[in-house]
Amino acid sequence: MNAQEQARPVGGRILTPPFLALTALAALSAVLILWRFVAGLGASTALNDGYPWGLWIAFDVVTGTALACGGYAVALLVYVLNRGRYHTLVRPALVTSALGYSIAGLSVAIDVGRPWLIWKVPLFFWHWNHRSVLLEVAMCIMLYTLVAWIELSPAFLERGETSSNPKVRSFSRKVLPAVRRGLPFFIAFGLLLPTMHQSSLGSLLLLSGPRLNALWNTPLLPLLFLLSCLAMGYGAVIIESTLSSRFLGRPLELMMLSRLSRVMAWILSVYLAIRICDLFVRNSLLAALFRFDLFSIMTWVELALLAGPIVLLASSERRRDPGNLFLAAMLLLLGGALYRFDVYLVAFQPGPQWSYFPSVTEILITTGLVAGEIAAYIALIKLFPILSGRKPTAPARAAVLGRSYMTAD
Amino acid sequence: MGISRRSLFKVVAAAGAGSAASALAPLKARADQAATSDETIGMLYDSTKCTGCKACMAACNQANGISPDTETSGGRAHMPVDLNEHTLNIIKVYQDSSTGDHAYIKRQCMHCVDPACVTACMLGAMKKRSDGVVTYDPSLCIGCRYCEMGCPFNVPKFEWSKTAPKIVKCQLCRDRLALGKQPACTEVCPAGAVIFGKRKDLLVEAHNRLDSNPGRYLPKVYGEHDAGGTQVLYLACVGFDKLGLPSYGNQPVPHTVDAVQHAIYQGFVAPVALYGVLAGVIWRNRKRAGETGEQSEQP
Repeated sequence: MNAQEQARPVGGRILTPPFLALTALAALSAVLILWRFVAGLGASTALNDGYPWGLWIAFDVVTGTALACGGYAVALLVYVLNRGRYHTLVRPALVTSALGYSIAGLSVAIDVGRPWLIWKVPLFFWHWNHRSVLLEVAMCIMLYTLVAWIELSPAFLERGETSSNPKVRSFSRKVLPAVRRGLPFFIAFGLLLPTMHQSSLGSLLLLSGPRLNALWNTPLLPLLFLLSCLAMGYGAVIIESTLSSRFLGRPLELMMLSRLSRVMAWILSVYLAIRICDLFVRNSLLAALFRFDLFSIMTWVELALLAGPIVLLASSERRRDPGNLFLAAMLLLLGGALYRFDVYLVAFQPGPQWSYFPSVTEILITTGLVAGEIAAYIALIKLFPILSGRKPTAPARAAVLGRSYMTAD
Repeated sequence: MGISRRSLFKVVAAAGAGSAASALAPLKARADQAATSDETIGMLYDSTKCTGCKACMAACNQANGISPDTETSGGRAHMPVDLNEHTLNIIKVYQDSSTGDHAYIKRQCMHCVDPACVTACMLGAMKKRSDGVVTYDPSLCIGCRYCEMGCPFNVPKFEWSKTAPKIVKCQLCRDRLALGKQPACTEVCPAGAVIFGKRKDLLVEAHNRLDSNPGRYLPKVYGEHDAGGTQVLYLACVGFDKLGLPSYGNQPVPHTVDAVQHAIYQGFVAPVALYGVLAGVIWRNRKRAGETGEQSEQP
């Protein structure tokens, strides 16, 4: 491994104005979360007995963990398909995974009505209902959150090795080799668990089958969720790399992202082929697709958003255009998110007497959680060896995130 | 009640025919057992006998110790518009907009033979008892509301107004059953529109009514096979879909998800095998990388 590519802390001031703005949003969210527990779900949300799952489940959990699939998707390339060239992408992707899953877990604790009993889910194994897809999802998400932080722990321990505190130093030096030896087993878990729960996030809604619009109601839901989360994982890595190069003045790993975008486009093509074949095979749906009601329009928007990246990434020239790459990844993330919203909130039809649009509190809590996640990401890459340590370029852009970023070098 | 039910018959005959035509899929052994067991209990509600007096609603609130929902009446009368956190049982009326003909419908938990809520529930707070009753145990409920997502009849309700909310739904008066009494709603019904008994006896009674008075009813007992069968059975003169009981086919609602999960996770073999393969490949790749020095061992 080239010393130039070794991960290093970005360094620089943490308390920059954008960071403080993000923290303020997170603090507002924290206050509203307190209020939710005092006032109850009825007063603080627009959730109701027709739509018992809303924004927090559809976005924070179902979409958020798919956006956080970078760690899973890149690990699959690097460790299983042995594409070592993507290695520098692993740590930043793992940070988004660990943070995204932690936020999802927090959102679940806010969303459920009786969170003081959550501890019983992992511990009361003699009560486990083996038919419950949600139990599988809950267990996998809890375990994967833990595994993602363990996979990331060498970054913290490497920093600990150079700590000024002798206790931290000796602890890090002792633990790091052991963690590295054990990592393959955790990495394998880090691949197995998302394969299970990302597909099961699709299976969950099969139980609502009788009330799920036919355009989305297919036994292939788990496969479609799994394929789209992988593509979204690569998309998130492209977005994250582009943004950190733009705002931290770091060189853009264009060739690497360009190759990654090809993998992403292939997975997306398989997803779309299966999605469209499924609509054709259940051919009564063709009529539904051309009815141009809410459901048919949403399906078309979804298909268009997801076909866009395939067109944008069709030629190798276009794959080397950073703006084009970014746009393709954005469309993919939007399309993947819309697919999840469609399944959980649009296709799900409890009856004409029910409607749901998230309350201001729900939206502000979600916004604050995302803001907190971005703030935590910025702090982590500045403090710990996450990004590969090539010398920053284009300092002009860096002003956005802090002027003194170069002091770490 | 003196209204012509035949006029509505034609409009809705298709619903029953559609259900009957659906393929009868083989039920799970568990479902078969529950459905055929002579001991399972249930209720039979005859929409044509109901006078809409709502005595069953008051009795239900009293038996369950729940204060009535008086919200829509400004605190005066017990008049909920649907099942909700204060209402485990409700009488609703369907009125045909063109003819003005109407029919009552009683809604409460159907106590499905193979219930979606029980399949959904992580720790088994929702349980299907051997006598057919679907019970709820709040000590095992984290309030995730997946039971509400699963139930095709929109039955489980959540106590949205409380900070320590529970799921509420009809448990067929399990406390009264334990004392040897029948459910409050069947006991109090002055018209005999809803009756309690063993499911097999209620089915016989329902078919007797259909045979002896064919003009009075749609030729179908809702719940006999619908959604894999329910402990609560219905007779009506108006299409069941209009009364809020849609045609869901004869497969239990959890059938699809069970089949998919079973195919993927049978005996948990696939996940264990996948883990083994993944760990093996990662181990091998790392060893090779270590030999050639091409790749770091750290993430």
